[in-house]
Amino acid sequence: MTTAPAQAGWRFRQPSVIPGFGLTLGFSLAYLTLIILIPLSGLIWRSAALGWIDFWAIATDRRTLNALEISFGTAFIAAVVNVVFGTLVAWVLVRYRFLGRRIVDAMVDLPFALPTAVAGIALTTLYAPNGWIGKLLMPLGIKVAYTPLGIVIALVFIGLPFVVRTVQPIMEEIDKEVEEAAATLGASRFQIVTRVLFPGLAPAIITGFSLAFARGVGEYGSVIFIAGNLPYKSEIAPLLIVIRLEEYNYPAATAIAAIMLALSFVMLLVVNLVQTWSRKRYG
Amino acid sequence: MADPEIKSYEPYHESRSAAVTESRPAQAVLMAIAFAFLGIFLLLPLIIVFHEALAKGVGAYTQALGEPDARSAIHLTLLVAAISVPLNVVFGISAAWAIAKFEFKGKAFLTTLIDLPFSVSPVISGLVYVLLFGAQGLLGGWLKAHGIQILFAVPGIVLATVFVTFPFVARELIPLMQEQGNGDEEAALSLGANGWQTFWFVTLPNVKWGLLYGVLLCNARAMGEFGAVSVVSGHIRGLTNTMPLHVEILYNEYNAVGAFAVASLLAGLALVTLVLKTLLEMRYGAELAATRGH
Repeated sequence: MTTAPAQAGWRFRQPSVIPGFGLTLGFSLAYLTLIILIPLSGLIWRSAALGWIDFWAIATDRRTLNALEISFGTAFIAAVVNVVFGTLVAWVLVRYRFLGRRIVDAMVDLPFALPTAVAGIALTTLYAPNGWIGKLLMPLGIKVAYTPLGIVIALVFIGLPFVVRTVQPIMEEIDKEVEEAAATLGASRFQIVTRVLFPGLAPAIITGFSLAFARGVGEYGSVIFIAGNLPYKSEIAPLLIVIRLEEYNYPAATAIAAIMLALSFVMLLVVNLVQTWSRKRYG
Repeated sequence: MADPEIKSYEPYHESRSAAVTESRPAQAVLMAIAFAFLGIFLLLPLIIVFHEALAKGVGAYTQALGEPDARSAIHLTLLVAAISVPLNVVFGISAAWAIAKFEFKGKAFLTTLIDLPFSVSPVISGLVYVLLFGAQGLLGGWLKAHGIQILFAVPGIVLATVFVTFPFVARELIPLMQEQGNGDEEAALSLGANGWQTFWFVTLPNVKWGLLYGVLLCNARAMGEFGAVSVVSGHIRGLTNTMPLHVEILYNEYNAVGAFAVASLLAGLALVTLVLKTLLEMRYGAELAATRGH
């Protein structure tokens, strides 16, 4: 790597003998601008053009508020479930050796590879009142399909690999010596896990949580089949955007999309702050 | 650094003293919970897809796949992937070359922008194109006057797919090429190779497995994308229905065998993707930049 001399002054790029900088950067920027930036700024421009009064009316509409609450609420619960079980799955994959570990490890990526619509109809069939799992839950009085609980189930499926794949590599890097030192100093196994191992894993767990949460908030394909989509009860925000679009109500669709983007952005910001804090706290 | 392949063959927990691992019963309980969770959440959904697809026998299954609307959905999905994946490969290579081989101002910001589509809801990814090209859209009037159809047609579906699969190849190649450094390229150039020769004969062979890995993930998402494509497609049967959209239509018509038959093809694609991905990680793990996570 080349480092510029301290007095070189401002320079857009460091000199290099490798050719193609202008071509590749120019093409990348043009493609990025055309495919991502112009369409996204179109969304921001359209929602800004609404004016505050119209925007506020759409944002505080009962149905909009309920949809946002359901999307963010179910995504939060699903991400918490995934933090617990995802960390456990990562632990089992990293620490224990068993037959078929490679296959189990590969299976964790299934939600990344399986199209969301397929996941949606499969989960709905399983949790429907006459489905394999729904049949077992019915006598207990638990209804999953066509309720907000169904949304949580779908989002747990979608979010699982995000937690496992963020926590797993950090777990693999933990030195055995740290645990041995704690053990020789008289710590119990429980103390080692909660006081020594967990603090080191906390930043990765928080990252996994935020990735699963962000994905869950925007998820559409797997949710709409199992949710039942009752307005005010089990209607997620992305679905409300689609409904408003089908009604040719572009302003409402745009406003809800802008609110979702803004909330996701704020959330990522908060997570980044928490992460910085936890790095400082647990180093 | 220890070779991960070798490490995986030694019985890990036996090298740990009792103080630094859980007791045997505790291990068994933790493993049982993890397996039960994975079984219920990952394995059962996969099994039910094939179970439902074959619920009325192999004859009904093949008949459902031979139906004209199903065939045209398969064709459209293959066509869309065949256009959008190469586009993102060209972009991924180009962006990785600029970002990994050079030091310039705003590089971190550019890398963040490339990841942007991952944090946008698929529905919003489709919506932005509706706002741009729709009848009330910014370019809608101009497109209509010139008789160009983007929305509710193949170009719109391709654009939405390109949007959601945008980061896959780039984010696989960037860390890999950064790790490999510029030494090989500088050697080739000093020996008289030109830029293209350096890229074709030095850089590309160095990153080919990483590139394949990125293409694999990009393709799986391109063929399976639902939300973004659903918004721009218009759901015209036999014309603008991709496989995932066709699954939805059949399912809503209570045609379970038809829906799950098409879904089983997509599930098969997912399984092939996972197998190839795992093989790549096992064989070329050291040459892949990000064998974990997305």
